[in-house]
Amino acid sequence: MRLERRAHVPLSLAIAAPIGAVVAALILAGLLIALAGVPVFEAYRRMLIGAFGSRLSISETLTRTTPLILTGLAAAVAFRSRVWNIGAEGQFYLGALATAALGSKLGLHLAPLVEIPILMLAGALAGALLLLVPLGLRLKFGVDEVVTTLLLNFVAVLFVSMMIEGPLKDPLAFGWPQSVPILADMALPKLLPRSRLHIGLLVAIGLALVLYFIQSRTRFGLEARAAGLNPQAARFAGVPIGSILVRVALISGGLAGLAGAIEVLGVKGYVTTDLSPGFGYTGVVVAMLAGLNPIGVIVAALFVATMFVGADGMSRAMGVPSFIADVIVALSLLTMLVALLLANYRVRR
Amino acid sequence: MMDALDIFATAGLWAAVLRIATPLIFGTLGALVCERAGVLNLGIEGIMTFGAMVGWLTVYHGGDLWLGLAAAALAGAAFGLLHALLTVPLGLSQHVTGLGITLFASSLSYYIFRLVVPVSGTPPTIEPFQPLRIPYLSDLPFLGEAVFAQTAPTYVAILLAFLIALALQKTPLGLAVRIVGENPHAAEAQGIDPIRVRIASVVFGSALMALGGAFLTLAAFNSFFPTMVQGRGWVCIALVVFASWRPERALLGALLFALFDAYQLRLSHVVGKAVPYQVFLMIPYLLSIAALLVMARRARVPQALMQPFRRGER
Repeated sequence: MRLERRAHVPLSLAIAAPIGAVVAALILAGLLIALAGVPVFEAYRRMLIGAFGSRLSISETLTRTTPLILTGLAAAVAFRSRVWNIGAEGQFYLGALATAALGSKLGLHLAPLVEIPILMLAGALAGALLLLVPLGLRLKFGVDEVVTTLLLNFVAVLFVSMMIEGPLKDPLAFGWPQSVPILADMALPKLLPRSRLHIGLLVAIGLALVLYFIQSRTRFGLEARAAGLNPQAARFAGVPIGSILVRVALISGGLAGLAGAIEVLGVKGYVTTDLSPGFGYTGVVVAMLAGLNPIGVIVAALFVATMFVGADGMSRAMGVPSFIADVIVALSLLTMLVALLLANYRVRR
Repeated sequence: MMDALDIFATAGLWAAVLRIATPLIFGTLGALVCERAGVLNLGIEGIMTFGAMVGWLTVYHGGDLWLGLAAAALAGAAFGLLHALLTVPLGLSQHVTGLGITLFASSLSYYIFRLVVPVSGTPPTIEPFQPLRIPYLSDLPFLGEAVFAQTAPTYVAILLAFLIALALQKTPLGLAVRIVGENPHAAEAQGIDPIRVRIASVVFGSALMALGGAFLTLAAFNSFFPTMVQGRGWVCIALVVFASWRPERALLGALLFALFDAYQLRLSHVVGKAVPYQVFLMIPYLLSIAALLVMARRARVPQALMQPFRRGER
């Protein structure tokens, strides 16, 4: 018995893989919910209610989806070119910090219509720069970027902590370590009145569509894919690998930084060191569940957000620790890897 | 007031070095064994967290401290088996699988911990390992306090570094691990089953990683809290490169690293508020990156690291 790679993966399998993976993850996590002494189906029903049961919960789920689309895209773009950017968490924080600093009373003071795009770009730039360091180390010195991006996450959060307890500290926050807030008119317009849902969701979806177009219809998109699939062959075919990967890193780090910027502009208004409940790391799962497809990222991000928001509700109602959401998401990454294998290969006797 | 250099003359610093180094020694040796057989195990961060949780929980429920370590090792081995099954026979991406193991193992640790220990103001504690004073040696001036009054797992970690170095160099099993990591096809031609050797190495290495985590809750601290591993796993992965994949250098690297860490802790007290404390906390991570940078071109990488082995395929 051996595995044989399929020349072409049919669309039905490409869609069945993540669905199967998620179902498997939910079944496995169900065992853990049962361990908590709680009826499993009731728990999952509560989760759905928690995520979609009311206008408020739906808006919360979509608000949570927004940064996950962006960090998911950040991972998807990078992984497609075999740039292992696991540093989205740090890039998110640097983006958030840059945005908060420039958008506060210490910052630019421009008209909101001009300044808000600038703030988003600044956040993206901060994230992009942070990823250029490990990419540069890989291209110049052959240092594996997985470990360096992971290590830089801790450095970035400590840097944020230093700034919000130092020069960017909010003097009105009663001693809590949080950054100066952005000016009130820099807040992103709401998509839905009386909710936290803001137009950042449209920005994220728009970027996913743009990215899909770039990846499938442009020369750069093809070269970026070739650089990941087979760097040697790509180099012989005249693809300038180095500069392609730098551009990929700029996009990937930029998306993660933008996620931080938008979270500040749309939801929080300031930066703390718990601004992200692991958006960066979860982005990796989103990207993998999406099969690295930018459109798929939207759906996968919605799924992951559903788990997190739903688990909060379920936890309140039934006392199951809300960490179950993290478990489901992590499990679905592992089951997705196996599902992808089954989709990409067929078993021959 | 103490001078920045006087710190080196305190036995407390050197005792702290060994204490800080212990989880790193376990973790680095674990990652090293996996990688010498050709498998990168990025599950380390999560496996250390799980080891910390299981070890603590065992003791909290009345188990002996050594039973806690054993339970941690067993749990680590189980996650190692999962990582190995996914990456070795199935040949899945070692990067992504490892990351998945880390996410899974750490979230499962938090979930189980919360299930057993409800939220409370002060986290519950256990009675941790006490320093084991080596007879006579611990009476030596300075050296006694600095080196020979450690907790038992620290001595075990140091001993293990030499044992693993010896095993890799001098035993048939070690040779098998090395060949599989360098050239699995040649290993197969020698009658060695690369798949079994890789699985066994990852299982063993992961057990060591979990011991490193358990040291945190059973000796260094006395309670478990989420995110307590704080990137130590990633530091270990960097230390393996720094050590050029050699156990005795891994020991040296972990000690050197711990020296910087222990020193910065004390230096921050001396320097006071002139430098933000976060700068000192960043040093271990920046140091790891620097170590990677210095050794990247010089290190002897196992040639088949991250190369999946498939029978009959070249």
